[in-house]
Amino acid sequence: MKAIDHKLWRDLWRMKGQALAIALVVMCGIGNYIMFLSTLESLSSTQAAYYRDYRFAEVFASLKRAPESLRRRIADIPGVDRVQTRVAVQVRVDMPDFPEPVSAAVVSLPERGVPVLNGLHLRAGRLPAAGRADEVVASHSFATAHRLRPGSRFDVILNGRRQTLTLVGTALSPEFIQQMRPGSVFPDSKRYGILWMGRRSLGQAYNLHDAFNDLALSLDRGASVDDVIARVDALIRPYGGLGAYGREHQISHRFLSQELAQLATLGRLFPAMFMAVAAFLLNVVIGRQVAMQREQIATLKAFGYGNLQVLVHYLKSVAVINGIGIVGGIVLGNWLGRELAAIFTEFYHFPYLSFGVSPGVALEAILASLLAAGLGTFFAVWRAANLRPAVAMRPETPPAYRETWIERIGTKRWLSQPARMILRHIQRRALKSVLTVLGIALACGLILTGLFQRDTVGYMVYVQFGLMQREDLSVTFTDPTAYRARFDLVGLPGVRHVEPYRAVPVRFRHGHLEYRGGIRGFEPGGDIQRLLDADLRPVALPGDGILLTDFLGGMLDVRVGERIVVEVLEGNRPTREVVVAGLVNEFVGVSGYMELAALNRFLREGPTISGAYLGIADGSLPELLSRLRETPRVAGVAERRQEIRNFNRTMDESMLFFTYVATVFSVVIAFGVIYNNAQISLAESGRELASLRVLGFTRGEIAYILLGELGLLTLLAIPLGLGLGEWMCYDIARTMQSDLYRVPVVLEPQTYAFAAAVVLVSAVLSGLAVRRRLDRLDLVAVLKAAE
Amino acid sequence: MPSSAPSPIFEIRGLSKTYQMGEVLVEALRGVDLDLWEGELVVLLGPSGSGKSTLLNILGGLDCPTSGQVHYRDHDLALFDDTAMTRYRREHVGFVFQFYNLIPSLTARENVALVTEIASDPMTPEASLAMVGLSARLDHFPTQLSGGEQQRVAIARAVSKRPQVLLCDEPTGALDASTGVLVLDVIARVNRELGTTTIVITHNAAIAAMADRVVHFGDGRVVSVDTNAVKKTAAELSW
Repeated sequence: MKAIDHKLWRDLWRMKGQALAIALVVMCGIGNYIMFLSTLESLSSTQAAYYRDYRFAEVFASLKRAPESLRRRIADIPGVDRVQTRVAVQVRVDMPDFPEPVSAAVVSLPERGVPVLNGLHLRAGRLPAAGRADEVVASHSFATAHRLRPGSRFDVILNGRRQTLTLVGTALSPEFIQQMRPGSVFPDSKRYGILWMGRRSLGQAYNLHDAFNDLALSLDRGASVDDVIARVDALIRPYGGLGAYGREHQISHRFLSQELAQLATLGRLFPAMFMAVAAFLLNVVIGRQVAMQREQIATLKAFGYGNLQVLVHYLKSVAVINGIGIVGGIVLGNWLGRELAAIFTEFYHFPYLSFGVSPGVALEAILASLLAAGLGTFFAVWRAANLRPAVAMRPETPPAYRETWIERIGTKRWLSQPARMILRHIQRRALKSVLTVLGIALACGLILTGLFQRDTVGYMVYVQFGLMQREDLSVTFTDPTAYRARFDLVGLPGVRHVEPYRAVPVRFRHGHLEYRGGIRGFEPGGDIQRLLDADLRPVALPGDGILLTDFLGGMLDVRVGERIVVEVLEGNRPTREVVVAGLVNEFVGVSGYMELAALNRFLREGPTISGAYLGIADGSLPELLSRLRETPRVAGVAERRQEIRNFNRTMDESMLFFTYVATVFSVVIAFGVIYNNAQISLAESGRELASLRVLGFTRGEIAYILLGELGLLTLLAIPLGLGLGEWMCYDIARTMQSDLYRVPVVLEPQTYAFAAAVVLVSAVLSGLAVRRRLDRLDLVAVLKAAE
Repeated sequence: MPSSAPSPIFEIRGLSKTYQMGEVLVEALRGVDLDLWEGELVVLLGPSGSGKSTLLNILGGLDCPTSGQVHYRDHDLALFDDTAMTRYRREHVGFVFQFYNLIPSLTARENVALVTEIASDPMTPEASLAMVGLSARLDHFPTQLSGGEQQRVAIARAVSKRPQVLLCDEPTGALDASTGVLVLDVIARVNRELGTTTIVITHNAAIAAMADRVVHFGDGRVVSVDTNAVKKTAAELSW
């Protein structure tokens, strides 16, 4: 090793604490980048491969009933590649050992062979045998949640008739990567599943023999999706077609796409923060090192070292620090990526999820960190390389201080001399002070972004299910039913309150904008179902006109008082105009709301309901459920309370991971910034502080001067960081806005307190680390040497 | 000795100091016996490495002896812990250094106030700066002052707490002769007017003429002690 490299290693060893702190920040930046982008890449490529291998359809449509002969005509549409006709229904399931309501989507399989589209990936067992009406395949997550194995038996209510089925296999499907009950906000494999049965037996149960009510298409390369959809719609309209839609509106695909978009956002935001902090720290530390080594640089040059050699020498130390961070970051990113991918496989159902760090992602991360390091240190290193020996031999010009503006506005007489020293130090290195505050603020804000989802989801659940949808049970009828069915429900044991509703699928249109959704009709003055405005005040249903979810109003670009076109997608399918009477605030889904009677008139039907929301007495649930189970007209029962409890538990588990990770990251930044600054302040003012010790100042008093500056900056940074964190939360929330759900930014006081506490504790620990060195100041030596 | 006669402020007996420097054991002091009297101005003279700075550091409470005794009045400095040392420096000792060691972020007045704020019976910073002739430079920062002015601020800072002892380590070492004379004049005046026991370290023999006594150091020992029958004023010195 060359002598100058010995110097390099020894210099690094002397500043090992600082170098390590910076390397940790780099490591977190790279780790984050790799975690997010590798997970994104792995999920995207898994998604693509899965879609391809299992022939995920590109256009979907539901209808009332069409003869199988229609299939040919659909297949003849230009641009259509393959057609899969199916029977798909929502059913009630009775699990033997699980008293709570369970529902499932049942999708037909061809009697022979595999589906031409939306193939199944069998995890266990086999497909139903041809002609076996009692055999069923269940989604793997549902089977796992109920510990079902091939041979297990359970009952389903098929079109009002109870039938016992035998499980013959478990499977996954690209159509149901995300398995959520329609209208639900969270996956719950115990209460909702997907079942696949033979086409003939399912068709017979629903009077769909030689007919179908569901359609999936794949397209030729280059075919126009909109064109095919329009032609399919024209063909299925006479058969009660509900409007075909492309893959981008398929619910499982949408959730997954949204998640991937969010990963991409976070994958840019977080690494950028870390890289910026790393660049700042390298700037401060290397800048300081160069300043301290002026004489050494002069000596090197006096002995004939060239500018380039000096430049390379200092760049090498940057490279070593960065290199440690890069290696650590790749390991960290690989580990975190695996954890994150594991969380995704909890919520999404893939046959395989091969997580791997691709060389491309790793390379991007490395280049980004090198760029940040280069930007951070170039100026200092350049200055070192170009220092003229004669100039370097002379000590640096002593810093010039001024009174600070805080003193000039008249507070001076209340400030002790140490307080003035603190303020003047901050002012003299104003840029460094500002960046320090920003760095600490980032650490503080980072925690909020890690924790806000927990607070927000808690709030969403509270508003949506505590204030708006407050039923204990919701009951869905197999078909729209006469209003008097409500009185049958009132008579059931334990039922205290019944609010019937009518739900109908529609297409909203305003100008060229349109949206496929639904309208729900309630009776006015209901206590269980309430609509709220943005300030959470109840909104009364108008006698005339429609209320829209505010987000839907925005999608349709419609204001209160304007008219929209509503095309009903059921029954005799009227298309009519209606006035938007108001907007309501909702976090989950979007919908139109009308008064029940007005909706019945709008649909030109008599008093009709689709189901009802029930309020029930405590303890009456088991008996009520068993009575409902015996009511054939009831297609589904959902119990809200238990669902929410389960959801909160799952949420807590996955949030714990994010909380933990965000906290660790934030500590790394806070510690990196504060510790490095403290070290540098100590190096810069060691002589001054030793002089004060000689003058009779105690250790505590000089620690106050050194650490008071950082304490003050930390205290300034915390409120700024809380604001910055809030802003970042809004930014993240904005990218998550969609008709599926809107994420409000809600931060509980204890979350702010936690973020502030983490930063404070990091600051105190950094302070203690430096304080130990402060206690060992050599008082005698410092007095002997010139500045 | 009559009761009105000055009593020793420092009683030094058998004082030794050895310290490890790398792998070499350095014997900085090898059994020093010395009494220093209240109110006198003593110059410690000797080549570098003769032990005079080590003695000053021990007297100032910056360093501990390896063996022997140093009594400051009734207290044995060798027995002081860190807190007691700090308290001793804070209340009884004023330091003047070769390189001034002013706080660059504080003005002249504030550098003095730094000390007066923690002392029990200080002068005002203005009075002490007036004493060193810097009334016109109160609000200047160190970078705005000449070397001699900076050293006078340092003296003002040292004496503002009315210390019993003023320790000056090569106070003119970084100054030219004419500025140095100005600084020495201030030191002599403090000694005269406040009665502060003053110990000045130097290797400049010319300065010895202004002292009450001159202690010659060599090789970690007191070689000889001279008493000046007639003290010269600073203005009469030249080198």
